[in-house]
Amino acid sequence: MADRADGLMHERNPAAMSLKIDKDHQRFRQIVKGKIRDDLRRFLTRGELIGKEGKNLISIPVRGVETPHFRYGSNNDGGVGAGEGKPGDPASGGDGSGQAPGGSNPGNHIMEVEVTLDELADILGEELRLPRIKPKGKHTITSERDRYSGIRQTGPESLRHFKRTYRSALRRQLIAGNYDPKNPRIVPIRADRRYRSWKTVLKPQSNAVIVYMMDVSGSMGDEQKELVRLEAFWIDAWLRRNYEGIESRYIVHDVRAAEVDRNTFFHLREDGGTKISSAFKLCRQVLESRYDPQEWNVYVFHFSDGDNSSESDSRECCRMLKEHMLKNINVFGYCQVASAYGSGNFINVIHEHLDNLDNVITSRVNTKDDIYDSIKTFFSKGR
Amino acid sequence: MTDMKTILADEARRIADIARTAGLDFFETRFEVVDFDTMQQIAAYGGFPQRYPHWRFGMEYEKLRKQHVYGLGKIYEMVINNDPCYAYLVADNSLTDQRLVMAHVYAHCDFFKNNYWFSKTNRKMMDEMANHATRVRRHIDRYGFESVERFIDGCISLDNLIDPYVPFMRRTTDPRSMPSADQMSDSRSVERDVVRFETKPYMKNWINPPSNIKKQRDDLMKEKAASRRRLPERPVRDVLQFLIENAPLEDWQADILAIIREEAYYYAPQGQTKIMNEGWATYWHSKLMTTRILTDDEIITYADHHSGTVAMAPGQINPYKIGVELFRDIEDRWNRGRFGKEFEECRSLEEARKWDKKLGLGRDKVFEVRRIHNDVTFIDEFLTPEFVERFKMYQYRYDPTTRRMVVVNRDFEKIKAQLLFMLANHAQPYIYVVDGNYANRGELYMAHKHNGVDLDIKFAAETLKNVQRLWKRPAHLQAQINDEMFLFTFDGNQSQQQRVHADLPRPAHTL
Repeated sequence: MADRADGLMHERNPAAMSLKIDKDHQRFRQIVKGKIRDDLRRFLTRGELIGKEGKNLISIPVRGVETPHFRYGSNNDGGVGAGEGKPGDPASGGDGSGQAPGGSNPGNHIMEVEVTLDELADILGEELRLPRIKPKGKHTITSERDRYSGIRQTGPESLRHFKRTYRSALRRQLIAGNYDPKNPRIVPIRADRRYRSWKTVLKPQSNAVIVYMMDVSGSMGDEQKELVRLEAFWIDAWLRRNYEGIESRYIVHDVRAAEVDRNTFFHLREDGGTKISSAFKLCRQVLESRYDPQEWNVYVFHFSDGDNSSESDSRECCRMLKEHMLKNINVFGYCQVASAYGSGNFINVIHEHLDNLDNVITSRVNTKDDIYDSIKTFFSKGR
Repeated sequence: MTDMKTILADEARRIADIARTAGLDFFETRFEVVDFDTMQQIAAYGGFPQRYPHWRFGMEYEKLRKQHVYGLGKIYEMVINNDPCYAYLVADNSLTDQRLVMAHVYAHCDFFKNNYWFSKTNRKMMDEMANHATRVRRHIDRYGFESVERFIDGCISLDNLIDPYVPFMRRTTDPRSMPSADQMSDSRSVERDVVRFETKPYMKNWINPPSNIKKQRDDLMKEKAASRRRLPERPVRDVLQFLIENAPLEDWQADILAIIREEAYYYAPQGQTKIMNEGWATYWHSKLMTTRILTDDEIITYADHHSGTVAMAPGQINPYKIGVELFRDIEDRWNRGRFGKEFEECRSLEEARKWDKKLGLGRDKVFEVRRIHNDVTFIDEFLTPEFVERFKMYQYRYDPTTRRMVVVNRDFEKIKAQLLFMLANHAQPYIYVVDGNYANRGELYMAHKHNGVDLDIKFAAETLKNVQRLWKRPAHLQAQINDEMFLFTFDGNQSQQQRVHADLPRPAHTL
């Protein structure tokens, strides 16, 4: 038995390994993104995403990633388990969730994958063929910043990385065999020295502000608000993907307008009539007080069921937009949600007065499924 | 200076000697120490450091990584059926864990080497897998990543359409070499098949009238001739092989399909012997660890981790646990002579309980069992009512009214039947090629052999598309759904399904 090599220990170089599976893994991620793209319309209507931010991981059920096989169908849902229980008792560990015990359940062919909201926004952009937004004005200048993020073997002594230098010296001595654990003296030579190195990162300095305005008059019910929430969430996700710093302002109005925080914006339930111009007035104040149009990319979105108190107020709104606001903002988006009550006339007034201006964009959202097209309408011009 | 590597190498040698002394017989075994991430990568590759490029390995990797991150599972050991056997140890496990893994691994390795169902597997699979990777990469270089990937996707979708018994069959009817030899003996074999009743010579013409003999002879000849024109000659379960031989594939496509098929056959015995293999390894690690390997201070750590492996979550059955307990049960029964006619017929409970003939055959028996059985025969032969009762096993079923799994009964025969059903063909449906020239239009006709459970229609329709992509001509699948026979068809553009009715052309064979 002397020639047996039992217990021969090998060490595998992890670096060489990782490359191979990484390729397969990346390919898998790519395929997953493709599937998400195919199903994007459905994801856009998922309310539970709201509240997620850029780097947050989102768990998304994706269908049809796994390869189909001939397999048994759902009347195979039997099996053998072990434990207490009389006939008729639930078989799982008491949670009653319907999850099959034992390994024989074929599962429901749906796979949960995780993506970041940024990735999702990218997919949204690709699928809707949204052009990257070209920030306006001279403030597209990028700023340069140096970040110390790497290590290299040459450099000024002031940047010497002591720990790395020490480590490479230790490694060298270990390999060379002149390291004595009883007398651990590590003497770095020239080749051991490691220095911090920097990379110049370019940061676009464009800033953007989004003003969301919503009609919270009596005719806007929960259903309408849900549509607004979703629409606003995706507008937000896409714009955040395009700008470094984004500020959001929220305005609600019935006959009066008030600036509120995000939470209130989405949950407030008011009553009463509608005077859209009140919101526009406040919006104008907000913008003029704080956001210099030379410095900021400005987005204004207004959500309403289009039921204004008077025709003259609607005309007043258009006038205000035309004369004071539109020249300073990238996009004015008006999104009209369907409501059982309103006349929905505001959108027509806008068309009548502002149709020839290309930074005024309108869309109608009647159901969740329309959000997809609405987003596309708002951003397909790349402004 | 003794580092971990040296310690582990010494341990491996020591445990190998202990295992050999105990009677285990294994290939030379090489351990590799890897970090947990590498372990996950290797696991995603099905245990091999090299596989051909394909995204599903990446998917597997992501699943394992997620499991690890959420603390749902950790891979302790991995061992490859190969000569020499390769096994992996996770670097940051404690020494006790490493010892446990080693003992476990040697038993797996013994199982690979000696279990009959593994006897036809390629023992140089490590090299073979690397060769497969090279071949696929070469095809990718020549024919493009996407087309090769798409082709592999299609093949993977069919990789359960194999016949695990094929490696054990001697091919007496290779369709290509047959005809000439067969024709020669046709008349003789027909003569043998003609039914003649035994008779006294003078009664011959009345008992076996010549007209009847002639008719039989003609029928048999006709049938023979007809069957020779049939493709396949008889229903074929090795669908992959049938496609390799008969589908209009490019050389590179046939090569890839052959690779997928070979790998499927390599993994098949592991699916066939899951309970036994894990049971055997657990049986031995527990025996060796507690009697020979452990030091006193390790016993708690060991017991903790061992019980983790064999724990049965409420309601579930754990193959490790069932396997090890069945092996122990067998050992005990053969030690005490609790088997055979005499014991079976013992009607006195008291007597049966005390039954002990001090035969001491247990050790020999478990070695015999590990040599010849697979999970199906193992359960069939050795699951006893007492065992089912002791482990409180039950049969459960989906209850559509409460929408959850409910216990349906604790009947031994039913539980055993359910287990056997789940194990047979490891819960894969039986699909046969029954006609390779359906309706004389070169269409492929497959049939599902129904044994109580329907196919998943959605998946079947998708999979059928992949079959058609290889076959190029329309592909059909006949399957029984809700007690009615359906024919699913994909002709390259659209899927359709229809009830099988009398006017449809019949395939060459029926199951």
